[in-house]
Amino acid sequence: MRYLLTEEQKMIVEICRRIVEERIIPVRAELDEKMIFPAEIIAEIGRSDLFRLFIPEKYGGMGTGIFEVCLATEELSRGDLSVATTYAASGLGFIPIILMGSEEQKERYLPQLASGEKLAAFGLTEADAGSDVSAIRTTAVKDGNYYILNGTKQWITNGGEADIYTVFAKTDPSRGARGVSAFIVEKGTEGFEFGKKENKLGIRASATRELIFNDCKVPKENLISKEGMGFIIIMKTFDQSRPAVGAQAVGVAQAALEEALNYSKIRFQFDSSISSFQAIQHMLADMATNVEAARSLVYYTAQAIDNGEKDISRLSAMSKLFASDMAMKVTTDAVQIFGGYGFMKDYPVEKMMRDAKITQIYEGTNQIQRNIIALDLIKKGFI
Amino acid sequence: MADKLTIIVCIKQVPGITEIKINPETNTLIREGIENIINPFDTYAIEEGVRLKERFLSDTNNINSDIQVIAISMGPPQSKEILKEAISLGVDNGILLSDRAFAGSDTWATAYTLSKAIKKIEGWKIIILGKQTLDGDTGQVGPELAQILNIPFLGYASKIVEIDKNKIIIKRLMEDRYETFEMKLPVAISVGKDINIPRIPSLRGKMKAKSADIPVWDNKHLGLDEKECGLNGSYTQVIKIFTPEHKHEIKIIKGTPEEQVNEIYSRLKELNLI
Repeated sequence: MRYLLTEEQKMIVEICRRIVEERIIPVRAELDEKMIFPAEIIAEIGRSDLFRLFIPEKYGGMGTGIFEVCLATEELSRGDLSVATTYAASGLGFIPIILMGSEEQKERYLPQLASGEKLAAFGLTEADAGSDVSAIRTTAVKDGNYYILNGTKQWITNGGEADIYTVFAKTDPSRGARGVSAFIVEKGTEGFEFGKKENKLGIRASATRELIFNDCKVPKENLISKEGMGFIIIMKTFDQSRPAVGAQAVGVAQAALEEALNYSKIRFQFDSSISSFQAIQHMLADMATNVEAARSLVYYTAQAIDNGEKDISRLSAMSKLFASDMAMKVTTDAVQIFGGYGFMKDYPVEKMMRDAKITQIYEGTNQIQRNIIALDLIKKGFI
Repeated sequence: MADKLTIIVCIKQVPGITEIKINPETNTLIREGIENIINPFDTYAIEEGVRLKERFLSDTNNINSDIQVIAISMGPPQSKEILKEAISLGVDNGILLSDRAFAGSDTWATAYTLSKAIKKIEGWKIIILGKQTLDGDTGQVGPELAQILNIPFLGYASKIVEIDKNKIIIKRLMEDRYETFEMKLPVAISVGKDINIPRIPSLRGKMKAKSADIPVWDNKHLGLDEKECGLNGSYTQVIKIFTPEHKHEIKIIKGTPEEQVNEIYSRLKELNLI
């Protein structure tokens, strides 16, 4: 083990590796091809306590830091990014409850999310509001003891599969981003339905659906924090969750690198293994170096967060940006090393390349990450 | 006072390989460089034991019951490792039966020793074993144990259809039919691969296993007559162990593909295989 991991952290890695080897790798190609949600694998992840990691012990969790979540996410991503995305998206759904939820909300929702019995999801994106949060159109109007939600969320990971949704809606449309509030909406609430499952380029086994709110009555106790706090909740959540997207990218890149390395030793051309050619050697060297650099940045960021560093937006954005750009490059190079075989679905690297792409897009596009980094840099310099 | 129900899982540590090597001079197993594992069939027994506990606990009638799963192994001190592994898989406690006096036990002496230990455990109702071991391969310990304890035994269970605190209904697959049995508890059953898919250890299980204290019950604790255990208590004795000699005759056929095919065809014909 190259990093100094505690006994508990090593156990997390071991458990994830077994899940990857025994449960994920044998079925990942079929799940991808047929867009099958990995329900059994997610149940195994739940039984293995991996959803408990970041949730405080008081609510059935294990109270670990983000670093442990990153270790688990990286290892699961080595097996399949759809599984890792499903896992991480539940975390994204419950982080707002951990960070800003009331005591009652925590007691009610966190234990069943910790056990993996239920999944969570994060409902922010809309057809015309992705990077621009202020453009969301879903509204929440207070009516006695309820908020009435109307609108449609788009491309929500775990949509339909999750039981508990953190949904962002405008309680005061005149205030732009400051008029956004966060609500916990349970599956089965009247007026809450799902659109069709999206057919995607990558992470095809993960469930991505619309959330449709049609006069959906949400109890007022389900408002997270106060009205107008939505944007702050989003930013704080992403600060915590972005290193995990970086970890996904590191995991899928590591998998592609391992495949390319193994293949380069058994593929013979001109009577030599292609690993004996400097052109391939240099590609492998660059890939390995970039994977390590990204891993270091992700681990460093996660540890900074866990050590209580407050000002983490810049670092958090960097870890997601660098690791995801790296993953796209490394998985593309892995396909290149496989040559024509890499382009075929008989080998796993084309899927890794398709899967890697999403890490540059979701949880804030890499263009938004650069905005965050640059603005923070210009405003604060080096502190 | 909650009523106690104990599920017992008997497990054995075996060399993690399919082909064992014997030292021809000492007639003993060559253990160097070989990882010891839980006998693969026993992993299904562990899983079924843990699932039974979960099944009991999910029934609200059992809310006040004290239900536990205990894994027992007999073997050298390093067998503690597999008991710890069992704990990481959801077993509550492990007990190791280990004493020089138990060395050389055949299946009967093993079953006898296990029976004495099980009688010391409170509330035992269901004993689950793997259908056979990877090394001995006899499948005898389960039925012998049931015989000694004077309880019913059912081998090769494929599914526990129903269970409550008094009875169990079990389905098993025979060569040409399914059989379903209803038995009064306590019972001993053996299981194979078709009963479940063993889970991957949980993080909390692994942490519990790491700090778990595995009690070792020696013969002082069990109080067996030395004539009844170990080599002395065994009806059978291993006189000789040897690695079977595989005699292979290798012939490399050369020539063009057509010539090679013709050669193979005539050879197979000579041997009356085609």
